[in-house]
Amino acid sequence: MVENYVYKKVDSVVFGMMSPELVKKMACAKVVTPELYDKEGYPVDGGLMDIRLGVIDPGLRCKTCGGNLRDCMGHFGYLELARPIIHLKYADVILNFLRCSCRECGKLLTDKKVKIAVEEDEGAEHHAEEEAGEDEVSTKKQVKSITSSLRNVKKCPHCGAKQFQVKLERPTTFLEDDKRLNPIDIRTRLERISDSDIAFLGLDPSFARPEWMVLIILPVPPVTIRPSITLETGERSEDDLTHKLGDIVRINQRLFENINAGAPEIIIEDLWDLLQYHITTYFDNEVSQVPPARHRSGQALRTLTERIKSKEGRFRHNLAGKRVNYAARTVISPDSKMELNEVGVPIEVAMELTVPERVVEWNLKRLKKFVENGPKKYVGSNYVVRPDGKKKKITDETQEQLLEELQPGYIVERHLMDGDIVIFNRQPTLHRMSIMAHRVRVLPGKSFRLNPAICNPYNADFDGDEMNLHVPQTEEARAEAEILMEVQTQIITPKSGLNVIGCSDDAITGNYLLTKNIKMSKEDAVQMLHSVGVLNIERFDKFKKTVDGKEIFSAILPDGFDFSGYSKSKEPIVIKNGYLIEGVIDKSTIGQDKGDLIRALYAKYGSSVGLDLLGKIFRLGIAVLLKHGFTTSIADTDLPQEVSDKCKETIYNSERRVAQLIEQYSSGELEALPGLTLEATLEAKIMEVLNRCRQRVGEIIAESNLEENSTLVMALSGAKGSYLNLSMIAACVGQQALRGKRIELGYRGRTLSIFTKGELSPRAKGFIKRGYKEGLTPEEYFMHAMTGRDSLMDTALRTPKSGYLYRRLASALQDIRVEYDNTVRDANQNIVQFIYGEDGLDVSKTEGGKINVARIIREVLGE
Amino acid sequence: MLLGLLERYWENKMLPQHLIAKVEDYSKKYKISDKDQKEILKRVEEIYNKAKISPGESIGVITAESFGEPSTQMTLNTFHFAGVAEMNVTVGLPRLIEIFDARKRPSTPRMEIPIKSKYSRTVEAVREVAMKIKETKLGDIAQEISINIAKATIEIVLDKKKMRDLDIKPKLVLDKIAEGLKSVDVKDNDSSVILKSKEKEISLSEVYKLKEKAKSIHIRGLQGVTHVLPVKGDDGNYIIHCAGSNLKDALLLEEAEKERIMTNDIFEISDVLGVEAARAAIINEANKVIKDQGIDIDIRHVMFLADVMTRSGTVKGVTRTGIVGEKESVLARASFETPIKHIVNASLVGEKDNLNSVVENVIINQPVPLGTGLPGLIAKMKKD
Repeated sequence: MVENYVYKKVDSVVFGMMSPELVKKMACAKVVTPELYDKEGYPVDGGLMDIRLGVIDPGLRCKTCGGNLRDCMGHFGYLELARPIIHLKYADVILNFLRCSCRECGKLLTDKKVKIAVEEDEGAEHHAEEEAGEDEVSTKKQVKSITSSLRNVKKCPHCGAKQFQVKLERPTTFLEDDKRLNPIDIRTRLERISDSDIAFLGLDPSFARPEWMVLIILPVPPVTIRPSITLETGERSEDDLTHKLGDIVRINQRLFENINAGAPEIIIEDLWDLLQYHITTYFDNEVSQVPPARHRSGQALRTLTERIKSKEGRFRHNLAGKRVNYAARTVISPDSKMELNEVGVPIEVAMELTVPERVVEWNLKRLKKFVENGPKKYVGSNYVVRPDGKKKKITDETQEQLLEELQPGYIVERHLMDGDIVIFNRQPTLHRMSIMAHRVRVLPGKSFRLNPAICNPYNADFDGDEMNLHVPQTEEARAEAEILMEVQTQIITPKSGLNVIGCSDDAITGNYLLTKNIKMSKEDAVQMLHSVGVLNIERFDKFKKTVDGKEIFSAILPDGFDFSGYSKSKEPIVIKNGYLIEGVIDKSTIGQDKGDLIRALYAKYGSSVGLDLLGKIFRLGIAVLLKHGFTTSIADTDLPQEVSDKCKETIYNSERRVAQLIEQYSSGELEALPGLTLEATLEAKIMEVLNRCRQRVGEIIAESNLEENSTLVMALSGAKGSYLNLSMIAACVGQQALRGKRIELGYRGRTLSIFTKGELSPRAKGFIKRGYKEGLTPEEYFMHAMTGRDSLMDTALRTPKSGYLYRRLASALQDIRVEYDNTVRDANQNIVQFIYGEDGLDVSKTEGGKINVARIIREVLGE
Repeated sequence: MLLGLLERYWENKMLPQHLIAKVEDYSKKYKISDKDQKEILKRVEEIYNKAKISPGESIGVITAESFGEPSTQMTLNTFHFAGVAEMNVTVGLPRLIEIFDARKRPSTPRMEIPIKSKYSRTVEAVREVAMKIKETKLGDIAQEISINIAKATIEIVLDKKKMRDLDIKPKLVLDKIAEGLKSVDVKDNDSSVILKSKEKEISLSEVYKLKEKAKSIHIRGLQGVTHVLPVKGDDGNYIIHCAGSNLKDALLLEEAEKERIMTNDIFEISDVLGVEAARAAIINEANKVIKDQGIDIDIRHVMFLADVMTRSGTVKGVTRTGIVGEKESVLARASFETPIKHIVNASLVGEKDNLNSVVENVIINQPVPLGTGLPGLIAKMKKD
């Protein structure tokens, strides 16, 4: 069998500058003309699109390597510049060298004695390095002190020549004693600097000679990195880089001609400057004080620096993030009948995505069937790969031939089938639970289906969310996905050690009602359990004529399972030998984040069984609601007359109290609290009264023992809503706060023009005394809208901020791992921690970050 | 025997200390027999070993995720009110960013100074201490500061009542002025203090500048502490909340319980008490934000990040100039921010990227040295 062994690996990447000799050596063509194509539309020899630089047109062959569009990756050319040009990005380095070296003899403006003195300034810690030898490259810090000390040397200690101050006028003009230095002179000066002096100034002379920073030869990048696009009209549109290079070549030619013709110095200088401008913008079109080069349309050109930089640049767009094949994306919709680790895949998608399967003796028949079915019939295949690596598409023409030659060693790319492992993902991928492996379930329809129980880790809902699906293509990838990424392995988050997957909404309500007060006939119970996937016949046999809800719930639990915990309302829950004896199941037992029962099942029976049980509990909850019926209406929030009156009274009293306070304030009776002004005191007191009012209203409703209705059931079970929500609907919305204060009066002394100026009453500063059901008055509605808008803004402003923080954290920490010796180290083996988290525990394997010693003791002593 | 068993676990580092301590506590509480204890320890050890972190685990990424994911749920513009507007503290995401950036100064520096019980018996005594802590400038106790244009002098009329309230002696004021403004002669009239420049010729604008300088002369208290608020603590002793932080001077206060002084200025802690204290401060401050926002992030992640930030011996922020900027790999730095700068600088010294971290390998399509990408297999090939 042919295998794609990895026999070469990139070991390291070295960065350095290119010498003119190197540029020439690696170039395949010399560019001499700005023309691109001749009359026939064929690339001109010596032009920028020379086919020695690679091919971008189908049909042509590269003159250098002979490859066609696919094989040839392009070759560099070079352009001989008529006059030297300063490399923009190295201008600062050049300046340093000019300042530190003698203008006559090129030696460093210091003799050895000074050198040593400078080094000693650096302190003892560098001492060992300095003695290592003369050619040793100085550290960055040393260089800084050397250069600053040599800046103002007036006389060369070696030849005695007088030195002038050199200045850099950004971006690329050098001035010496206010006279312009031309690049030719700069280059000759830089050439004179010795290798050891270069090393002393912190550069490695074998990688970067300073005179290389003044270009005399410009490498021309291969055409493959600047392909032209052919428009529908047949017209060619060239890449920005080609445009820019065209300008450079054109001016360069003009400069050559003028020099040869012996043109006046001024004209040559002008052209030289123009060439400098073009090469500067070729490197970076966003240099300050340089007008960016533009298209005819006025749009700035995207030249080299812009290509590399920023989010859309080469690094972040193409290198750190890559495009893939074998992926699909569509809308998601819920299907609670599926298992939690399944994903419903539309048949159209399943017929497009493929899994490569190698033909061996034993599966030949099966795979033959797939090839026979072809790409149009489900469970077919789209491609066959021959052992020599040739990929053949299955079409009506090729089908028979392929079927004939199919034999062990071939690879068939068959359609996605039930049970295949795929990777499912929803953006933003904020944590590892945002991308998990699922089992395929091919279904009719056009959307991905997923169990609503796993919405939480993906942070998904079904209001139009789309998700991505990827098919791993190698055995290794599939194994990793299955063992490390499948849903059941991700139940507990490493963030806090709590379960991110659990029941939610109706599933909680259903189980709550079931375990609280539902009884049903044996037939119904068995029917319901079976529909949910529970087939525990021994338990079914034990059912009496009417079955209690607790017993129905218990039918899911395995025999011998013991559990004790507390419900949301702190009442004990006891499960013994697989039977729920006491207590009501609610959010704190089966919910997300703190579902103790889920944790216990997971801990005892392992991930797969735990996930299966969770799926059953989830479906049971929904089945109960289906059978029992559950709805919530606005009438659920009706309060009995006396409760309602009590609330009204509380609000009235508070308003009275505030009025009193304002009265006291205006009559000067109010006393300031320590450290507060009188106004602030009043404000603080009013706030306190109003907040207490809101709280009190909530308490009245909570204490009033309302008849248990659907809204309340949802709040009590923890499925959705709370007493706070209820009281806001039924009684009083409360104070609207902006930046922690009541709504401010603003420049005109009032919030709305219906109030008198300076009015401090609750309603003038955003207290809403009505409930949502009663309805808000216009001014209340306005205040409510204010806080609503504020929170919208908050969200909009927060997302990019937290996104940036996350990116920085990820960049800083990505290479840190636990080593085999249990130390935590970064990629260069520097130790961060001697043992992770001071006890070496993996948070995702603990219970909320801890090991539950108490439970172990109970287990040991309990027997 | 009982202790012997626990000791063995302790000595051989078979279990983390906190787990052994827990077992010991429970054993004492419930009078657990030796046999049961042995069994308990065995089971704890078994569970502990199962819960240990696996080698190769990309713990850095997990920590970044643990902070990054919930940070999207944090609130942005919330301030914590401690009664007075000036005593507000930045909380939530902005504070978290501030901590991780390792800003030199927090946007709202705060300090809590607990007062020894000796000094916190009466409200007046506490108030006195508080006033001693609060920074008093010359401008605060002067009734009037005026310029005599003809003589080019500055005349300061001191507010006697205020000074009495604050218990400041005129002598102290004079000394402090002399100390703060070396270029002037200080003359003490009974009603006012007159400052005259030592130089003969002095322009009016310079006199004006001197006046402004005089206003901000520090007389008493902790420099930088602009507000104080005594709050009664749980133990009945007062804690003075300060807006502004000056740990160094606070530690010299006689009245303060030095061991319990708190400040939210991490750099100050680093300067005064060293990196280990700064690490603890980062953990505390970050934890405060997390708890405050009602978010569950395990302490290990916070400790880990604090360790990364302080491992070089100084506090380094999670920024391009801090931790990320100090990565050894050129490609890793370049793919974060300012790629051109990094590449240009790398070319000067012929920097070599050994491709031993993550992004570099992503860039060149090789397995990343984390998790399953970490182990290598070496097979002995049979010679033919």
